[in-house]
Amino acid sequence: MSTQISNTIVLLPDQATAKLPKRNYINNEHGLLSWLLTGDHKRIAMLYLISITFFFFIGGAFAGLIRLELLTPAPDLVSSDTYNKFFTMHGIIMIFLFLVPSVPATLGNFFIPIMIGAKDLAFPKINLLSWYLYLIGGTLTLTALVLGGVDTGWTFTTPLSTHYLNTHVITAASAIFIAGFSSIFTGLNFIVTIHRMRAPGMTWFRMPLFCWSNYAASILMVLGTPVLAIAIVLVALERLVGIGVFDPAKGGDPLLFQHLFWFYSHPAVYIMILPGMGVISEVISTFSRKRVFGYTAVAFSSVAIALFGFFVWAHHMFIMGVSNYSALVFSLLTMLVAVPSAIKIFNWAFTLQKGSITFETPMLYAFGFMGLFTIGGLTGVFLGSLGMDIHLTETYFIVAHFHFVMVGGMLMAFLSGIHFWWPKMTGRMYPESLSKLAAVTTFIGFNLTFLPQFILGYLGMPRRYHAYPPEYQVLNVLSTAGATVLGVGYMLPLLYLGWSLKYGAIAGNNPWQATGLEWQIQSPPLTENFVTIPIVDYEAYDYEWLEKKQREEVTTVG
Amino acid sequence: MGISPVLWQFLVKWLHNSALFPAEASTISPYTDALYFFLLLMTVVGMLLVCVLVFGFSIRYRREKNPVATQIEGSTLLEATWTIIPLAIFLVTFVWGALLYFRIYDPPANAMNIYVVGKQWMWKAEHPGGQHEINALHVPAGRPVQLTMISQDVFHSFSIPDFRVKREVIPGRYTTVWFQATEPGTYHIFCTQYCGTQHSGMIGEVTVLTPDDYEKWTKQSTSGMSLAQNGERLFASMGCNACHSGTAAARGPNLAGVYGSKLTLTNGNQVLVNDAYLRDAILNPSEHVTAGFAPIMPTYQGQISEDGLIDLVEYIKDLQTNYRVQQTQMTSESDKAASPTPAEGTTEMVKP
Repeated sequence: MSTQISNTIVLLPDQATAKLPKRNYINNEHGLLSWLLTGDHKRIAMLYLISITFFFFIGGAFAGLIRLELLTPAPDLVSSDTYNKFFTMHGIIMIFLFLVPSVPATLGNFFIPIMIGAKDLAFPKINLLSWYLYLIGGTLTLTALVLGGVDTGWTFTTPLSTHYLNTHVITAASAIFIAGFSSIFTGLNFIVTIHRMRAPGMTWFRMPLFCWSNYAASILMVLGTPVLAIAIVLVALERLVGIGVFDPAKGGDPLLFQHLFWFYSHPAVYIMILPGMGVISEVISTFSRKRVFGYTAVAFSSVAIALFGFFVWAHHMFIMGVSNYSALVFSLLTMLVAVPSAIKIFNWAFTLQKGSITFETPMLYAFGFMGLFTIGGLTGVFLGSLGMDIHLTETYFIVAHFHFVMVGGMLMAFLSGIHFWWPKMTGRMYPESLSKLAAVTTFIGFNLTFLPQFILGYLGMPRRYHAYPPEYQVLNVLSTAGATVLGVGYMLPLLYLGWSLKYGAIAGNNPWQATGLEWQIQSPPLTENFVTIPIVDYEAYDYEWLEKKQREEVTTVG
Repeated sequence: MGISPVLWQFLVKWLHNSALFPAEASTISPYTDALYFFLLLMTVVGMLLVCVLVFGFSIRYRREKNPVATQIEGSTLLEATWTIIPLAIFLVTFVWGALLYFRIYDPPANAMNIYVVGKQWMWKAEHPGGQHEINALHVPAGRPVQLTMISQDVFHSFSIPDFRVKREVIPGRYTTVWFQATEPGTYHIFCTQYCGTQHSGMIGEVTVLTPDDYEKWTKQSTSGMSLAQNGERLFASMGCNACHSGTAAARGPNLAGVYGSKLTLTNGNQVLVNDAYLRDAILNPSEHVTAGFAPIMPTYQGQISEDGLIDLVEYIKDLQTNYRVQQTQMTSESDKAASPTPAEGTTEMVKP
């Protein structure tokens, strides 16, 4: 039975007879309060999913407005102040309210306990608290938006943010401060859970790579985010009482802010991308039905990225008059941090070798990730290279670079993961052909939007410009056209995933025939995940074990 | 560069004419572009490699062709290969980039100096000869030009993409950048660091002139007073000459010839006297007391504008003897009883 060949695994026989389980975490309790006061990591993950989707589309709307304004060289759609608020809100919402919590708080929250065979996270109440903190942060951001917005740029550069702007800086700053704690709590919860709550037999090197990468990201969250909190508080204090830490007239140093800010915000890039890399490891392994090539190398490269990630922050400041020699050190370390990412890409590629590959939607998104992340990563080497950085920094090149990593990388990984685990989270399949269309649309739209921006950047078009010289228009028009396609690509999943909640085919326990513990339990899972705590006697991605298990099941039933 | 200059010219010109590539208008540009093309090549090769692997394996090992997967642990040899080769390439990039960085940021000794003050939202250029420009900069072709820049308010960044140079302009400290323009013409100046409402309006044009035209331009557009002359006036009107008179009994150190020398401070530190040091010593004198002098100089924080400071720095730079300082000193002392106004007749207290 399991040796039967079909084009898509979805058609495997056990799928046709699958039924939604009578009791699961969704229908275990009813009423709004049962959701708002839940301690169940799966319900909290769903709450997070809904809220980050909401903020994603708000942030996306700002991106659309920015691209619309840049369709023409003249500043004709909105005033300069409004434009500055657009890109500030786009940055703040996308980074702090979407990218940072995206994979960890939704997929991580949902699957890390199940993957290691635990019934919940270590601190369920802190987990719920972290969602409420996120909501408060989000509400404050919306407040700042409704009251008139903020125009500091998401980087809050001093002294602009402290002395020269009259917008709602403090509101936005407190939003980020509070949302930061939500991310610290999530990280703390993951670290403790992974250390203390693994099922018997689940050793560190039997854990799925998704757990490893989230573990690495959690360390960054716990150690990095407090520094951001400090920097933000200092900005607020400087505004309120003028303590002068960043004010040269009072003996302060305006560059100090950037050191503090990037000490968090560079590792934050890895907070965003590492969990996405975990998703890719799971997806590529599952759809090539093969263990991940060089498991230990991939696991340790996550940790290496987390470690090196803390020592490269000043590469954001090469042109700011830092000493030439410290620039040298930071450039060298930046080159080193690029290596583990390259290792991962090649390991994923070689996971495909001698596999038995199928091309479901999550796999398409994962391929998209590999392509776009490779470009994003290699263009990062341009910027890490000192002399090149002088010309490229603060231009559209850097905008294109980090969108390739964050959107082309992280968002692709997020969508890959959402499609991959959708059957497990909801018990229903998404529509396969429509979602493949969405994956391809996203890929094309993305490249059309951001490839021209590399060229614009080398031409010298500065970022955050409301108006630009007319000779840059053609490339900007291309970019805006691409953004439109991209917008369609992101709207599609929202629609069909919503539709599938009610009308999707019943998924069954293990529609992808994957090996992870989460696929060995019912979909959607019980509130307590496992009826009995599993004893793990096999490694992650052991497809031979899965085959044997299924053969035995068949004989018992027959 | 390893590539024939003819081919290079052809490639760059063709790309530039298709509006896909900036003009190469400084001596630095070809060096930056060479590294850029190397990195582009690296990206394309890397991308192709990943595509070949992903598509190759996808076609070869798709389920229809390969129904049963063969499990592979990994391969230390392969993994070592794709650790070491990227590392080697990245290290080459590092060294190349570092060499370029020093080339861009180390000015040649014979560079002519122009001051640039950034403020929301304009660029003011001040030539030592007394030419003042706003959102414009005239420079001669074929001569190294160094810009000494400072911001009056927030962070700005001075960028000329066609020269491939850029440097942050920071409040409270001088930063420098240099270039040598090769082609006469006009090129964009951008502020690339977000600086508030009119950030995208903080643009200008650098006009590169042939040496003859530049000579003509300097004569036509001078304000009649060089920066050093402005500085001399300010020096007198702020009363600096009362202490820095250069006489043996003076309460302040002798400033003649101090620029470029090594000073020992009261705290024992040795410092090189450059533009930045002079500026800091005027604004924050208590931390820059020359050994052997009492810390009696008051701060001039908030009393002199950045332009005024530049004038003073230029003045002290050019100060070779104290003859004129003492001249002003004596005249101003002689009519102190009559009026506190300095002898040169200027009543301007602080340059706006």
